[in-house]
Amino acid sequence: MTLIRILKTILLVDFVKGLIMAIKEMFKKSKTINYPFEKGPISPRMRGEHALRRYPNGEERCIACKLCEAVCPAQAITIESAERSDGSRKTTRYDIDMLKCIYCGLCQESCPVDAIVQGPNFEFATETREELYYNKQKLLDNGDRWESVLAKNIKLDKPYR
Amino acid sequence: MFEYLLVLGQEVYKILFMLVPILVSVAMVVWLDRRVWGLVQKRKGPNVVGPFGLLQTLADALKYIFKEIIIPASANKAVFILAPIVTMTLALVAWAVIPMSEDFVLSDINVGVLYLFAVSSLGVYGIIMGGWASNSKYPFLGAIRSAAQMVSYEVSIGIIIINVLLCVGSLNLKDIVLAQKELWYVIPLFPMFVIFFISALAETNRPPFDLPEAEAELVAGYQTEYSGMMYAMFWLGEYANILLMCAIGAILFLGGWLPIIDIFPFNLVPAPIWMILKIIFLFFLFALVKAIVPRYRYDQLMRLGWKILLPFSLIYLVLTASFLFYFDKLPKGNF
Repeated sequence: MTLIRILKTILLVDFVKGLIMAIKEMFKKSKTINYPFEKGPISPRMRGEHALRRYPNGEERCIACKLCEAVCPAQAITIESAERSDGSRKTTRYDIDMLKCIYCGLCQESCPVDAIVQGPNFEFATETREELYYNKQKLLDNGDRWESVLAKNIKLDKPYR
Repeated sequence: MFEYLLVLGQEVYKILFMLVPILVSVAMVVWLDRRVWGLVQKRKGPNVVGPFGLLQTLADALKYIFKEIIIPASANKAVFILAPIVTMTLALVAWAVIPMSEDFVLSDINVGVLYLFAVSSLGVYGIIMGGWASNSKYPFLGAIRSAAQMVSYEVSIGIIIINVLLCVGSLNLKDIVLAQKELWYVIPLFPMFVIFFISALAETNRPPFDLPEAEAELVAGYQTEYSGMMYAMFWLGEYANILLMCAIGAILFLGGWLPIIDIFPFNLVPAPIWMILKIIFLFFLFALVKAIVPRYRYDQLMRLGWKILLPFSLIYLVLTASFLFYFDKLPKGNF
């Protein structure tokens, strides 16, 4: 047993095996992707950038119940509300501090009208901190931009909620 | 006066003709290293800048040039600045004697091997100076390790070179290559080739012997305090040294610029191309080894160098000498 081990050591058997294996591995398909040019699959539950959604007629979904503000563990959400001329309660201010946010998804879960959602977008890096203090307008714009994907994701995830 | 300038101009031209391709190939070789490493680990490696990412190293170099050079307040300024310059200069100076073909060599001196050995021994000074002048614990530890490692493995490299010299009977690098016309020394001296390869890995601080820059324990070893162009010079010197070791290996064992077999399709290829192919082949092995081996512990490294490689090469030296003497094959004519 020891003799075989000594022979193996002297003849560098394991080392040569390793070299051959390395050469074999070189010709296999790589497991990584060319990130900025091709992207990996994303789950419909992806908790990425936030968005505020609208109804198909353009009315904001948010009813200013402030459940998301209350549930937010990082206290990243700030909401102020007022009564609108038609008597409905709407938000006058809806800010999310994306730097405080821990992307836990509790705001989306707590929302009774599916207004605040976290979309599949994770590429929203900015050059300054200020750009990451999202206000209501920015969130609504996000909602408009990603609406088709958001609606699809919510529909796909419905059976599991 | 005019003649003097003419000769000087010719010499400078010749030196540039050697130096510029080396610097460019160092850049390419860094790319090759990273790419092979990536492919073995089934990653893609650098592939964005230029075709196949070939210009990645140039982009890196540009970045280094524009970065600020920070000199620690407690460092010895003169030595600190001198260290990367020494490293890079010594790595490039050694190329003066490397023959790329029968008549393409900068200085065809009779003690080429001795010169190479002397210059590569001096290489450790750049590292020690860098580590010591930084006046910081990690560079200091890295430099001590590096010095001990390079000194120990140089001994076995020296004895391996003596093995080859016994068969050749000359210290001239051209003679060494021409002596391999019938048989490359890699065949009769195969164990020596393997030990040379291992020692070359240790000599150039490549994995598995990259203890001087073991990033988990020593941050970056002797390079820790360096930044910007000075760091890039260390890095250039390191890769120029690796290429140099590959070139020495190709000359001593793989028959330098000689084609694989001296028959029709092979001997049409120009000699320098053969030399470059052999250097690339050896470097490819270096890169593969980097991808497959874990790092040695320090005492294991020392044990391997002094207790295994050195005695083994000594025994083989005696064997070679006895064989040559007994069969009356000792090289004659040059004495």
